[in-house]
Amino acid sequence: MIKKIFFCVLFCCLSFTNNAQECNTILKGTVIDYHDGTPIYGATVYIKSLNKYATTNFEGKFKIEQLCNGEINLTISHISCETKNVTVSIEKDTYRDFFLEHHIESLKEVSIVSTANIKSKTIQSTVLKGKTIEAFSNQNLGDALKDIAGISSINTGNSIVKPVINGLHSSRIIVMTNGVRLQDQEWGIEHAPNLDINTAEKITVIKGANSLEFGGDAIGGVIVTEPSNVLLKDSLYGKSILSGQSNGRGYSFHSSLSKSTKKGWYVNAKTTLKKMGDFESPEYVLSNSGLNSKAYSLQTGLKKFESGFNVYYTFINNEIGILRASHLGNIEDLVNAINSPEPLITNDFSYDINSPKQDVTHQLVKVDYYKRFKKLGKLKVQYDFQNNHRFEYDIRVGNDRNKASLDLNLSSHAITSSFKFDAKSDEKYKVGFMGAYQNNFANPNTGIKRLIPDYDKYDLGFFTIGNFILNDETTLDVGFRYDFNAINAKKFYSKSRWEERNYELDFSDLIIGDFNTQWLVNPKFQFHNISASAGISYQLNDENSVLFNYGLSNRAPNPSELFSDGLHHSAARIELGDLRLQQETSNRVSANYRFKSANTSILVEVFFNDIRNFMYLEATGTEQTIRGAFPVWEHKKTNANLFGADFSLTQNIGSHFILKNISSFIRGKDIKNDRNLIDIPSAKTLNSIGYTLEKWYDFSAVIESEYVFRQNLFPNNNFETYIPTTDTTVLVDVSTTPSSYHLLNFNSDATFKLSEKTNLTVGLTVTNILNINYRENLNRLRFFADDLGRNYTLQLKLNY
Amino acid sequence: MYTLKNKYMKTIKNLALVLFVATLFTACSEDDPEVVNEEELITTLTATLRPSGGGTDIILKSVDLDGDGPDAPVISVSANLTVNTNYTGVLKVENETESPADDITIEVLEEDEEHQFFFTPTNNIATVSYNDMDEDGNPIGVQFSLATTTAASGSLTITLRHEPMKTASGVRNGDITNAGGETDVQAVFPITVQ
Repeated sequence: MIKKIFFCVLFCCLSFTNNAQECNTILKGTVIDYHDGTPIYGATVYIKSLNKYATTNFEGKFKIEQLCNGEINLTISHISCETKNVTVSIEKDTYRDFFLEHHIESLKEVSIVSTANIKSKTIQSTVLKGKTIEAFSNQNLGDALKDIAGISSINTGNSIVKPVINGLHSSRIIVMTNGVRLQDQEWGIEHAPNLDINTAEKITVIKGANSLEFGGDAIGGVIVTEPSNVLLKDSLYGKSILSGQSNGRGYSFHSSLSKSTKKGWYVNAKTTLKKMGDFESPEYVLSNSGLNSKAYSLQTGLKKFESGFNVYYTFINNEIGILRASHLGNIEDLVNAINSPEPLITNDFSYDINSPKQDVTHQLVKVDYYKRFKKLGKLKVQYDFQNNHRFEYDIRVGNDRNKASLDLNLSSHAITSSFKFDAKSDEKYKVGFMGAYQNNFANPNTGIKRLIPDYDKYDLGFFTIGNFILNDETTLDVGFRYDFNAINAKKFYSKSRWEERNYELDFSDLIIGDFNTQWLVNPKFQFHNISASAGISYQLNDENSVLFNYGLSNRAPNPSELFSDGLHHSAARIELGDLRLQQETSNRVSANYRFKSANTSILVEVFFNDIRNFMYLEATGTEQTIRGAFPVWEHKKTNANLFGADFSLTQNIGSHFILKNISSFIRGKDIKNDRNLIDIPSAKTLNSIGYTLEKWYDFSAVIESEYVFRQNLFPNNNFETYIPTTDTTVLVDVSTTPSSYHLLNFNSDATFKLSEKTNLTVGLTVTNILNINYRENLNRLRFFADDLGRNYTLQLKLNY
Repeated sequence: MYTLKNKYMKTIKNLALVLFVATLFTACSEDDPEVVNEEELITTLTATLRPSGGGTDIILKSVDLDGDGPDAPVISVSANLTVNTNYTGVLKVENETESPADDITIEVLEEDEEHQFFFTPTNNIATVSYNDMDEDGNPIGVQFSLATTTAASGSLTITLRHEPMKTASGVRNGDITNAGGETDVQAVFPITVQ
């Protein structure tokens, strides 16, 4: 038998006016399942004032006699249901249907947006919740996710952290925040998600493209962050987290306050402030690596079972310093930087953030509305607007010293709507559409040629998802999605670049203006993308289960892949897009095996991802300019295979000790050229021993060992270059990966009850306890400096 | 009540649709973007060498009109250098995509503490010394002297570094090894001394 979920809620009905005194009126009624209209057996209907009881029969019917006309307070309850009170007015014998809800897991705490199909059993997903997320209050989304098997990060320093799911990142990952797809120029490796981790109460990571509701192009996966739940009672509650850390001499403060009512109204406000100075490696200061961050969010709405709405606004501003020593003039500077054991520029510790730096503001407004229809399902309509304003500051001279080198303003509008047919408990469907418009404006006042051009982008998508419970052990999910993308850009090409790319052969009809040394070009591209998914899960017995899934997805090239055209000072390289790129197509198969007993939990996940027209950025040669030579990195395409395995184990030993292992391994192969793929995460194993003592202030202590293997499988993009000042030809090693490294970390916390409703949790975290020098392959600043040294973080968390 | 809510919902839907169409509409009526002519672009480095005993100036020139574009700079040397001769040199950096050309040497001199030219000859074709200094008494290199001795051929590399460590060992004397900073200009001129 499939266990039905017995948290229920009752929906009140309409009332009639009345005034009569006779006390022989009869109230009859039926208690019905809201979703499928089936009667509910065994519900108790109780009138407290008269101490009268009735119980529903097999047809869900009940009858209470000898009632006085007027208002009657009914209390209707059912096994595992939260007891609900309803007021009914009667003036004569009355018959009434009472609808109870069966399918929501917890209605005492309903999430504000039941985001989607992520409850599906047939996808590879992992959930992080409250306490785990709070531990990263002073860090980034990317940091928090690294403890999940198969998730790593690609960094620019330690404040720009992008999540990598099974080796894929940036445009191949969708980040959802409170039901909105984040549109924040996610294409760039140095563009971290603009999201305050403190706004998330729950983070779900989905591997692969099997969540078609969010989009069809998430070849890597989806990260869904959801805000805290609303308590359906009259309450006012909040929390504050204050963290101080030794490395960077920084602090972070987060505070949130929520007010809710029994009727379902809620309002909630959050704020987070962070300030970090220069971080330090074990031996030197990482000059200009500080961070200033401000984030605010406000949401309000009405959450009822039948209908509700949510209005949400967030603001986040990050000013992030980029390691001073990573700003380079030409290939000679790059060679000097790579060959120098220490960064070429190290200054004393400072909180100042100077150029090079980035200053990014992201704002998001969302309005959604939902409505449930009896015996049918739930409709949801949502509109969101996002504005992402990114400034990047390079080292400049003269009057332009304080002027941004890059000033991009990206505005995105989206309307989404879905209908979930959930009347049958074993057969559910969801259909939906999405329409989006995006405008990018690159401000010409920077006095520097645009790296990304002005463009308009239109997206239209339709999806349908089916969820079938075949029998007690087997669940099947099938999905299909179609997306149309159109991009209309206006871009200046220097005439020499236009010719060097041989664009005059294929694209001469796109030229709309002649500006001396530059062409104004109007590329208009359209892409039709089909995606599909299928998954099946099978419960072998109480302890063992397996799932298999398949995903087909297509991703259109992003603006950076199509149009990039310029010099990146932070890498001393010229990056070039390609107008000829077509969408990439991924076919991914994966399987999970899960074992779960009282003390042991094991999860083994494997996947194979075949990507045709896989787009990647790689060095292709050098170009001479008046500054000297520069390596050229081009967006290219190939056919790629990625495969890997992720392993997680949790073992309780006695009632106080817990052992954990999280390991992952991945390989990436360019099958067209028989080479290794660039930027594939290293194999990694995390082992930890934890001790908990609940009766002593909920004490816990964990010691963790993180071993990252050297990535031996990398493509060789090294090249030789002539260095005029030394009159020598040298090999520029941009490929060789850093050595393996082993970090020890420690975390401990305890919770003290200050009053009935107030808790104080004190936590201490030490990372890189041994203070070792190491460099991480997927940190783009690894050429210039060591990673972070030892860090102590003290965290105080107050719940009230 | 049921139908009322239904109507309410429909209104929202319609409103959303109108809004969406409206955004589409406004989007289509955008003007062409403004062209950017790079302000700090350096296209041209000119070194003028004037022989101390009189004679024709020798001009070393590197011109790269497409900036960071694919075209390599065009290097020219107007004449061979003469043996055992002292030359007085002047450097000029310009942006020739503007008309008239923008003289960036002025900016370099305004921020002279943050800039230094380096001269790196090969095969002992010449020795170079600085003839100017910034407020701290460190060399800049816009004014320099170049002396030849015997006949030789090789190259002279002229490099402009931004934010070099002028106090680092050897940097004052024109040794670029410990200078650090970022390269703004670098040109390699083939030189014959005869």
